Amino acid sequence: MCVAIPGTVIKLDGTKATVDFSGNIVNAEAGLVNVKVGDKVLVHAGCIIQTMDEDMANEMEELYKEIEDLA
Amino acid sequence: MKITMAHGSGGESTSRLIEDVFAKYFNNEFLSELSDSAVVPGSSKLAITTDSFVVTPILFPGGDIGRLSVCGTVNDLLMSGAVPKYITCGCILEEGLDMEILEKVIASMAETAKEAGVIVVTGDTKVVEKHSDVSGLIINTSGVGFIPEGQIIPGPSKLEDGDKIIVSGNLGDHHATILGSRMGIENDIRSDNAPLVEMTRKLMDAGLIVHAMRDVTRGGLGTVLNEFVNASKCSIILNETDLPVSASVKDFCGILGLDPMYMGNEGKMVISVSAKDAEKALLLIKESKYGENAKIIGEVKKEKESSDNTNVIVTTKIGGKRVVGPMYGEGLPRIC
Amino acid sequence: MDNKYLDNIINELKNYDGPEIRLMEVCGTHTAAISENGIPSLLSDKIKLISGPGCPVCVTVTAVIDRLIELSLMENTCVLTFGDLIRVKGTKGSLADAKGDGARVKMVYSPMDSIKLAKENPLMNYVFAAIGFETTTPVYALLIEEAKKLGLKNLKILTSLKTMPEVIRWVVKNGSNIDGFIAPGHVAAVTGGKIFEELSKELQIPFVVSGFEGEQLILTIYALVKMAGKGGYKNLYKSVVSEAGNLQAKEMVEKYFETSDSFWRGIGKIKGSGMTLRPEFMEFDAGSIGLDEDHEPAGCRCASVLVGAISPHECPLFGKKCTPDNAHGACMVSTEGSCYNYFISGR
Repeated sequence: MCVAIPGTVIKLDGTKATVDFSGNIVNAEAGLVNVKVGDKVLVHAGCIIQTMDEDMANEMEELYKEIEDLA
Repeated sequence: MKITMAHGSGGESTSRLIEDVFAKYFNNEFLSELSDSAVVPGSSKLAITTDSFVVTPILFPGGDIGRLSVCGTVNDLLMSGAVPKYITCGCILEEGLDMEILEKVIASMAETAKEAGVIVVTGDTKVVEKHSDVSGLIINTSGVGFIPEGQIIPGPSKLEDGDKIIVSGNLGDHHATILGSRMGIENDIRSDNAPLVEMTRKLMDAGLIVHAMRDVTRGGLGTVLNEFVNASKCSIILNETDLPVSASVKDFCGILGLDPMYMGNEGKMVISVSAKDAEKALLLIKESKYGENAKIIGEVKKEKESSDNTNVIVTTKIGGKRVVGPMYGEGLPRIC
Repeated sequence: MDNKYLDNIINELKNYDGPEIRLMEVCGTHTAAISENGIPSLLSDKIKLISGPGCPVCVTVTAVIDRLIELSLMENTCVLTFGDLIRVKGTKGSLADAKGDGARVKMVYSPMDSIKLAKENPLMNYVFAAIGFETTTPVYALLIEEAKKLGLKNLKILTSLKTMPEVIRWVVKNGSNIDGFIAPGHVAAVTGGKIFEELSKELQIPFVVSGFEGEQLILTIYALVKMAGKGGYKNLYKSVVSEAGNLQAKEMVEKYFETSDSFWRGIGKIKGSGMTLRPEFMEFDAGSIGLDEDHEPAGCRCASVLVGAISPHECPLFGKKCTPDNAHGACMVSTEGSCYNYFISGR
């Protein structure tokens, strides 16, 4: 329902962004977020719906910590 | 200059078209006779195949419909253990087609035929009325190959327990190229359309026990492997982490909600080879043109008694088991 | 796999021997991700994954499909749509079938692609088949904003927009016995995780917001198994989901759309579960109001499958008369439908 993958903003022109997904260049709307060139973003149906935390490397570590209290 | 209905009339315009374009590039002793049939030297055992090509756009990154039409037919002959020799070229041109584009396509066919070691010995041209905004062309190529004496023909029903499955390179490149062109997604993905002459001949000539061999075309790897398991009444277990997919194609699929397992290629093959010959086979393919990304991706499990267990199963990154059935529908992008 | 934390968790899930736990995902992309990662094979038989009404294609009533076909056959009209809507059948076939009768239907990647088409072809009337949940509605809002700014007169949308909270309440109220919800990660990216936290308190059922990678889904399922019977809420997709969500997106939606009653395929009317264009923007609507009718093919049990009341296998048509190549119900047509996923991945 919500096919969306992360990409990197390589160009910004007002509310129009150019996003790079491992070499796939897609024009996406940037009117719903505050972004700058270099930001990692989540794009759904040609629209940036969210910016992503740069610190993705730690995300899984954080997740495991989150569920530790449930063990 | 553009193609007109006159070019298909059989008169002077047709003759000029054949001379100026087709005969110019397909220059060989058989075709230049321009007789009703090409009379060619034969062999005691022949492989014959035919294929039609209707791709749009007709020019795309990495290739064109001409190159595709030669590769498709040549590869079909190769997969049957044959040495491809002759191909035919039947063209249906749409009124309004740019002559420059036609020439480009025919030149590409000739170049690809040369690479594949085949000659275009005969052909036909027809012109039809314009059907849509973009004038295109459709090509049919039939091909004849010689089966060498004593050649064991691989076949989808010949898989054996313990066989290794090898794919000759990255999945989905051709399909991603065409779809990208159609949906306006710019990328550096190029069609992999290529004749697999070198790698197949190397495998056949080395006397390796290759039980099955198929080129991965429409419907992708998932479709071919399902044909194998159904014909051989076995299962194939693949490792997701071993499936070769370029980062570009992976993300392309991610954007559109597509699965690389079902994305077509036009220059890759998959083989089922006996376990003891697997490493050697992999090496031969990797050493060949177009085989640099070849990988062993899984193995065959066949029970002694005939079994209902005929599935293609992928062991996923997290260790789960996922059944990969045959492809249904057109593989349309998902978004929602 | 050298992740011993993950190994331990999977081991625990595989060997779970407590009371049966029924977990529901309400996002078609989660349904597909669960199949693609082979997750059911990693769980004990006592942990059941139920697919809920999270596939926008699957929950669109036949009246909407019929109207789209009607529009696509009109002179100088072209319907623009996402891929998997093209094969869904209304009462008289699908958009794909209609193409054979001369219908103008074009598959696009983004609703915003309509702007370029409308600008370049002023004599063609374009209608975008606007289906989706909260993740996609903001994109349609942007579309209307842009169309208005450019003064485009040849672009409209036909809406079948739905929202999560009401249908989740409906599922729980109508007795599907769900012990935990895998909350939709990208819906939550827009709406914020808070609405799912509130639902968890209201319904006394645990909700965990999940991403779409196999590892993330396993952790989510683990968390829900642990929380079953105790309620609670966790956000396990913090890289993308905040508690407040995307305020700009929500404001944009609020500007152009209003909450309305909506008709769900197989369910019927659920009050306040959808969105339609505000009256002042009706010039951009292609006749969305009043498209209520829904005709299930004889014997089709999509209605029950969609809400997790039965598994696809319990539908008499599943795998026999109804297969992906010859799909009777929407659950089998869409690649995010429960029946489709169960069929092709052998679940």
